[in-house]
Order: sequence, then structure tokens, then C-alpha cells
Amino acid sequence: MIWSGLIECGSKRRSRARRIVAITLGLAVGMGLTGSYAEVNQPVFPSARGDQCVEPVDVMRRDHFEFLKHQRDKTVHEGIRTPRHSLAGCIDCHADKDPQGRFLPVNAKGQFCQSCHVYTAVKIDCFSCHAARPSERVSQSP
Amino acid sequence: MDMKDSNPTSARRTFFTQASAGVALLALAPGVRLVDLALAREQDEPASATQRWGLLVDVDRCVSGCDACVSACHTEHGLDGNERPQTDAQWIRKVDLVDNNTGHQLSLPLMCQHCEEPPCVDVCPTGSSFRRADGIVLVDKHTCIGCRYCMMACPYKARSFIHEDLTGQKTHAPRGKGTVESCTLCVHRVDRDESPACVEACTDVGHQALVFGDINDRNDPLATQLAETTSRELRADLKLNTAVRYRGL
Repeated sequence: MIWSGLIECGSKRRSRARRIVAITLGLAVGMGLTGSYAEVNQPVFPSARGDQCVEPVDVMRRDHFEFLKHQRDKTVHEGIRTPRHSLAGCIDCHADKDPQGRFLPVNAKGQFCQSCHVYTAVKIDCFSCHAARPSERVSQSP
Repeated sequence: MDMKDSNPTSARRTFFTQASAGVALLALAPGVRLVDLALAREQDEPASATQRWGLLVDVDRCVSGCDACVSACHTEHGLDGNERPQTDAQWIRKVDLVDNNTGHQLSLPLMCQHCEEPPCVDVCPTGSSFRRADGIVLVDKHTCIGCRYCMMACPYKARSFIHEDLTGQKTHAPRGKGTVESCTLCVHRVDRDESPACVEACTDVGHQALVFGDINDRNDPLATQLAETTSRELRADLKLNTAVRYRGL
């Protein structure tokens, strides 16, 4: 009798737990559908100068770091300094200017690199060493 | 991954770095140029072992108290110190020597000697210290872990460690905390067929104590001078075959 009572008690508890889990899940899904996720805004960043990127946009979004890494090794070890896939080349086109006409760093809040990396929760370390503004040569051109 | 041009006919972005009226003037038609660009190698061509870049320091021409080469190096690479001489980066320094027997005084610049057998490369645990095909000894800071074995191995004390966070680096000279660095022989300038900043500065102040060139090219002024006059390596006993040679020492 004692054993069966315990079992009965346990099964009641389990079914209550199941109900709670179901309600919680339902609430969570409901909240998701009613727009709690929609509050995360798509990244907004300044448009680039120039006509077209060095690769199609979808390719760049997915693989830009592969291009950069490949180019980095070619530049450092072999001295190949073609601007096509170079970080400096990216910055030359994607750095925005402030109202006074001065270049802003691409890793500043709301700027090209930073806005997407915040959205995707990616933390990069490029700009602790690399310049985040265009080179002097580009800065001096109109 | 495929690194080839996926759309070669598309109108590509015009890079500001490439936009040059001079290039347009020089190229009248494909393959016809008024003036040959005379680049040692094309922009997309890797550095090759047919060249070996080097320096000749004429100690007799080097003036005590002049630090034009050092300041030019600092300006070129943005080596702004923190007024802490013990730890501030130093890619090139002036050394003053006195012969105690004769009282003869010497002044000379000392920097990475770009050895053919570099001890820094031997000891680097990550392969970050390396010798480029054309003889320039560099640090790949992407893989440098800041262990500083190379600094201990270098007989010339040519390397520096970056102890503090930096801002305002130059595009052509990326530098950051936790990595080791040294004279790059101004590799970014060499790659566009220019002389290192120190050599240019020394010539500009009229001392002409530094000659830069290709040791392997017999027609090069550096190779000619090395062939015709006596020069020596620092610590030749170590048999490192340095690319920086000294005359008048």
C-alpha cells in the first residue's frame, strides 16, 4: 500500500510537471511569434563609395574573412600587395565621413565593420593593430 | 576556396590606391608605354630569391649626433613612444663608439641585420619570425604570441616588444600590443620599388652614409660598392651572413 501510494503520488507530480513545461513552452513560442525577436534590428551601416564591391555581396557576406586571411598571408609572406582582397582596400571604400568630412574608423559604433559584427556577435581583433581609417593617400584625395 | 575572379567583365570598383593619372599617361595603348615603369617585380608577383635586399653603412660618413635615420623610421612607421626609453619600440638606433687606445670616435646606425641564417627564426616556436624569399627578415604578427625568444636570440638587440595598447597606426605598418617587431627594411616601400625611409633621410640631409640595394644584382650600386671596397659584418664570427654591411669600422 505504501509503495503504491508513493508511485501514485510520483505520477501525479510528473503529470503536473509536464503541464508546466508545456505551458512554459507555449508561452515562449507565443512570445517569439508575437514579436519579441523582431525587436533585434537588422544592422544599418553607411553605404560604400564606388560602384561595385570586389565580389558579389552575398559572397562577401559569407566569405570576406576567407579572402582577407588568404590575402594577409600572401602580403606578409610573399609581398603581394594587390588591393583587391586587402583589408586596406575594404577600408578605403567602406569608411564613412563625419559631417566635417573626416574619416570615421570602420570599427566605430554604427560603422561598416562594427554594425554587422555586433549583430552577429562576432568579436574581431583586426583593429588593435590595423588602421581603421583609410590610408593617408586616400584621405588626401577628394 | 576559389579565389579566382568570378565576374571578370564586370565594372570593378576603382580603387583610389590604383587610380593614377600617371599610369594612364604612361600607357598609350596595351603594351605601348612612353616610359617603362621599371618595377623590380609586378604587384601580384611574389618576392623572389633572385634578389637579396641589403644595406651598406659607411661609418666614415655617418655623423655623430645626427639621428635623421632614426626619426625617419619613427615617422614612417608611426613609432610614437610613451617617453619610456626602456620599453619604447626601437627599430633603428644610433650607437657611438670610442676606441680607447686611439680616442677615435665612431657613430653608426644599428638595426635588424637581415641575416641569411637568422637566430630569431631558429628559435620562434610559432614560425612567426620568418625570412622572406628576398632576404628580408620579418615578424608575422598574426601568429606572434609575444614569447620574446627572438629578442633574446638576436645578437644585435634589434627587436622590440609592444607592451601597451596602441592607437593611430599607419595603414602600411600594423602594430599591436603583445607582439614583437623590428626593422622591416621598409618592406612596404621596397615592394613599390622605393628605398627604405632611413636611406632616403640620410641622403636628404646630405650624409649619404646609407646605400640600399640588391646584393645579388651585379649592376646594382650596392653590389658594386660591396665588390669594390672592404666592408664587414657585425659579429661575423657568428656566421649569420648579414645583409647589412659596414664600411670604415
